[in-house]
Amino acid sequence: MKLRAALLGAVAVAGLAPAAFAERGTDGEVKLTFPQAVSIMNPYLSGGTKDILAAAMVLEPLAVTDPDGVLVPRLAVEIPTVENGGVSPDLTSITWKLLPDLKWSDGTPVTADDAVFTWQYCTHPEGGCSQATKYEGVASVEAVDPSTIKVTFTAPKPNPYTAFVSGLSPILQKAQFANCLGAAAPTCTDANNMPIGTGPFKVTGFTVNDTVTMEANPNYRDPAKPAFAKAIIKGGGDAESSARAVMETGEFDYAWNTQIPPDSQAAMSAAGKGQFVVAFGTLVERLEMNTTDPDPALPEGERSTAKHPHPILSDIRVRTALSKAIDRSILVEVGYGAGGKPTCNVIPGPAEWASDNDGCIAQDMEGAKALLDEAGWKDSDGDGIRDKDGKKLKLLYQTTVNPIRQDFQALIKDWWTELGVEVELKAIDPGVFFGGDPGSPDTFQKFYADVEMYANNSETPDPESYLGQYQCKNAPTPETQWQGENINRFCDPAYDALYAELTKTTELAKRQEIARKLNDMVTKDSMIVVPLVHRGTLSAHSNSLGGVRINAWDMETWNVADWFRVK
Amino acid sequence: MTDVSTTQPKPSSQMRDIWNQFRTHKGALFGLVTLGILIAAVLIGPYLWIPEKLSVAEAIKLKNQGPSLRFPLGTDQLGRDMLARMLLAGRVSLAVGLVAMVIAIVFGTFIGILAGYFRRLDSPLMRLTDMFLALPLIPLLLVMVMLFRDRIAGVIGPELGAFTLIVFAIGITSWMATARIVRGEVLTLKEREYVLAARSIGAKPNRIILRHILPNVVSPVMVAATLGVAEAIITESVLSFLGLGFPPDFPTWGRLLFDGLQYMQVYPERVVWPGLAISLTVLSVNYIGDGLRDALDPRIRGR
Amino acid sequence: MLTFTLRRLMLAIPTLLVISLVIFLLVDLAPGSPLSDIPLTVPPDVRQKMIEAMGADQPVFVRYFLWLRQFFWVEPAYLFDSWFGTTWSEGELRILSWQSRSPVFTIIGQRLPQTLTVIGTAYLVGVLIAVPIGIYSAYRQYSWFDQAGTMFAMIGFSVPTFFSGTLLIIIFAVWLGWFPTKYDTQLVVNDWESFLKQVRQMAMPVMTLGLANAAAISRYMRSSMLDNMGMDYVRTARAKGLSERTVVLKHVLRNSLIPVVTVIALGIPAIFGGAIVTENLFGVNGIGAALIGAIQGNDIPMVQTIAFIFAVLIVLFNLIADILYGLLDPRIRYD
Repeated sequence: MKLRAALLGAVAVAGLAPAAFAERGTDGEVKLTFPQAVSIMNPYLSGGTKDILAAAMVLEPLAVTDPDGVLVPRLAVEIPTVENGGVSPDLTSITWKLLPDLKWSDGTPVTADDAVFTWQYCTHPEGGCSQATKYEGVASVEAVDPSTIKVTFTAPKPNPYTAFVSGLSPILQKAQFANCLGAAAPTCTDANNMPIGTGPFKVTGFTVNDTVTMEANPNYRDPAKPAFAKAIIKGGGDAESSARAVMETGEFDYAWNTQIPPDSQAAMSAAGKGQFVVAFGTLVERLEMNTTDPDPALPEGERSTAKHPHPILSDIRVRTALSKAIDRSILVEVGYGAGGKPTCNVIPGPAEWASDNDGCIAQDMEGAKALLDEAGWKDSDGDGIRDKDGKKLKLLYQTTVNPIRQDFQALIKDWWTELGVEVELKAIDPGVFFGGDPGSPDTFQKFYADVEMYANNSETPDPESYLGQYQCKNAPTPETQWQGENINRFCDPAYDALYAELTKTTELAKRQEIARKLNDMVTKDSMIVVPLVHRGTLSAHSNSLGGVRINAWDMETWNVADWFRVK
Repeated sequence: MTDVSTTQPKPSSQMRDIWNQFRTHKGALFGLVTLGILIAAVLIGPYLWIPEKLSVAEAIKLKNQGPSLRFPLGTDQLGRDMLARMLLAGRVSLAVGLVAMVIAIVFGTFIGILAGYFRRLDSPLMRLTDMFLALPLIPLLLVMVMLFRDRIAGVIGPELGAFTLIVFAIGITSWMATARIVRGEVLTLKEREYVLAARSIGAKPNRIILRHILPNVVSPVMVAATLGVAEAIITESVLSFLGLGFPPDFPTWGRLLFDGLQYMQVYPERVVWPGLAISLTVLSVNYIGDGLRDALDPRIRGR
Repeated sequence: MLTFTLRRLMLAIPTLLVISLVIFLLVDLAPGSPLSDIPLTVPPDVRQKMIEAMGADQPVFVRYFLWLRQFFWVEPAYLFDSWFGTTWSEGELRILSWQSRSPVFTIIGQRLPQTLTVIGTAYLVGVLIAVPIGIYSAYRQYSWFDQAGTMFAMIGFSVPTFFSGTLLIIIFAVWLGWFPTKYDTQLVVNDWESFLKQVRQMAMPVMTLGLANAAAISRYMRSSMLDNMGMDYVRTARAKGLSERTVVLKHVLRNSLIPVVTVIALGIPAIFGGAIVTENLFGVNGIGAALIGAIQGNDIPMVQTIAFIFAVLIVLFNLIADILYGLLDPRIRYD
């Protein structure tokens, strides 16, 4: 998997050289701050990025993806491939070799048994493991010898780098978690909060949803690292206060997820204490079009289901017109600044996977108006709102409560009003919107609105499972308790067939080609999904912190061992 | 202790007395005039000050401007005219603040008097108050939205529905302190000699309450009312974060204040305008309350 | 008074049980899910498994009775065990937060110190400022001091804490650099230097909250003093030749305290409940921040436990207020 960087913005690579001369623990303390505090240090019991970021400083997988999208070994000697014999030619198994003399922070050796145990831990039926998808399709994990791990799949796996790869599925110490299998998992509070790992730091103190204190791991494999003797992660507050603590007061060295308005970004940078860094993954802010009718007059259970096609948005010309009316560059300027760029794709990167579709970038108000005219929506009574067969062109547009999203709503409403569309806006508490409670009318899955806006991304550079969301069978319905990822209720047999082909294809170039085609099918060909902005993750670090290489393909703390104090 | 109201049979002349006393209170007049100006501004203002119609692209070029002749209060991050937004926002904020305050005060006073005066009602009503105090506010509000928003909107339309729900939600969650304070006062008042005297001559409870108790709990109630207005205006902005408030493009003072917060260092005027408006409202309600209390106090009135 | 207290305490038990049930049903009914924080990339079937592992798919009454048992039996037994080394709670599940999988009482224990020091100090500061201001404002009604006090109070409660707090941060942390913006919960005070550090990091949250508290209490104090200033007994006391000091501070003050006692009794449980906005703003991470985080994450065990302790405190302090009424005004009788 050779992936090229989709990396913009200032990345501090400069000054890596001095780190080589550093000694472990000579640079004092590194202080990180997260807007959301760390709840638990065990990634298998948490899904929140905040927790996994912290855990990645302590627990390590066999391999991680670097900022260029290239897989690099961590606990493994090398990345197994078909060429070096690590992956079986039929793609049904992968064999990893552990580094020699690996030790846990308590001094005991790391063996292949730990990996086997980790697999058992996450796949236990009563455990409720949040990273279960990482082990999907794994038939068995064996310890061939103390330093060799063999993962066997139930079927040929084109992308065998899921289990034990990335900060999402690190290796746990068997000795520490042995009594924590299944239903007992949550009762192991000490293990979950202070896991023993192989990473550059070890946890010395943990207060839930507040502070994690760490010190350099005395048994870390590189005797010169980490440069810092201590690390602390303080959580809580908001993006604004985190950014301020790094950029203006200089109390902290690193702040994760500092998404603040572009004006404030500029003002804070001017203080000269730190800098913002950004990495672009696959996160796309998009408008989702409802293909089914959300009319409140319909009986409960039929509203927003395939039984009733949407009276307005079923027409592709209307959807296209709505997209054409939007000027995405203004959205970026207002909401994200350096942290975003206009896009027309659901998969905006990595470059090999991204379609070249950019037809939506230029705003075309006249073209949009012409399309609506053509579709029969005309302003017959002169009130500025188009209508057809006595029905007004009126849309309910919902999203979560978030200042940037509210600005987007206001701008898009203005454009659509110019188009002759009446728009009603609605903002919903994010906990409710994403909560998926079938009893609430306001979840994004239920989609009791015409258009909704949020962001989604692919967890891995390979977007297979991400594209699987738009299969017909994944539509949320009352029968599935309104669970499902195909929230547009998009249903195209051609898409499903092509997707089935993707799951069977093993050749990389072919996979990328199919993925690009699938991307086009949901975006420019059907306008079911109207992408707006390709969002980066924006973080901030102080000028005195060196070695930071922000990473969109894995945890941002992936190279914390290389961080050092600029003198 | 004498109670003037019992010796003056005609309520109309009593009202005039109160008004006469009220008029001599400088603070109260200032408050009344300020509040009147604010209300008039938000009612008439949007018809007098019509912002220019700008396309999005034009407006964006004019974002974050300082005060000027064209934009007396400047523009916001999307280039919208702040004066127009402040006027529009004031309608909602003033209405919500005043109406929700009245609901909370009337309900709280009612419960407080019943609990304080009638011993049998004291325990159940105060336990009810305890329960409302203990309920976590946000889940309560979320449940109310979930259950009632669509239903109310279906009956009286989305905007009036939102207003009703907001006012009701704020009212129902902020009467408890008033009730407890009034009850505490009533407990001591009802043992005072003049109340005992009234009771001994056979006065009915409702008469004793209206004539002797109510006028004497006015001052803590007025303080609660002043606090209530400020709280209601701020709470409204909190509600909009739960999706309970008005549609997101509908400005209110509380929301403008909160939105302006992240721009406070760069464009401080963005928080100054809504902050000033809220403070002025609260200040004028407070002075009106002060004047009203003095006017209702027969001992001062005669002076 | 003793019988009254005992009767009220007896009555408190069913009251609290009813309150706990209402809170439980309310939080359960509220839309949202403990998984709303989980990225959208986690598929629905994995989510379902996670819900089952939490026990969140059980019927609401099963969960309620489990919580009752855990709260009233397992947790006390656990506490007893940790004191006396017994094993009564062995094998019993403590109340675990769904979000962090940590025992709820451990979290409360971690958060209580900063809640009490920061929020408690702020409240104390508020009361200590408010009472003298209220008394003197009433004594010299419409003097310049009274007017200034009024302005101070109006600003105090018409400016929300999210605004005043941010303003303080910009002035004292960004411009002047005197105080830190993030509260260090791990700070151990063991010498003069660490004490100063603690004072510095407490300064801004205490100022923010103290201002808001003082504003409200001083208004109640003032208005209640004013009511009593014109009373006949005050005239009598003055006529007797008592000093102004005695008249104001003994006679008037005592009779004016009832509404103030009520307000303070309402405020003290709120110290435990924390100050959500202020805690978040300064990273104090006390109980208020825990509660709001749990509410957003629909973490029912956590919300329920904190809300219930809060309810106990409310009932308790309202009882204390009632007893104080009787002491302040012996004419009040409850029997």
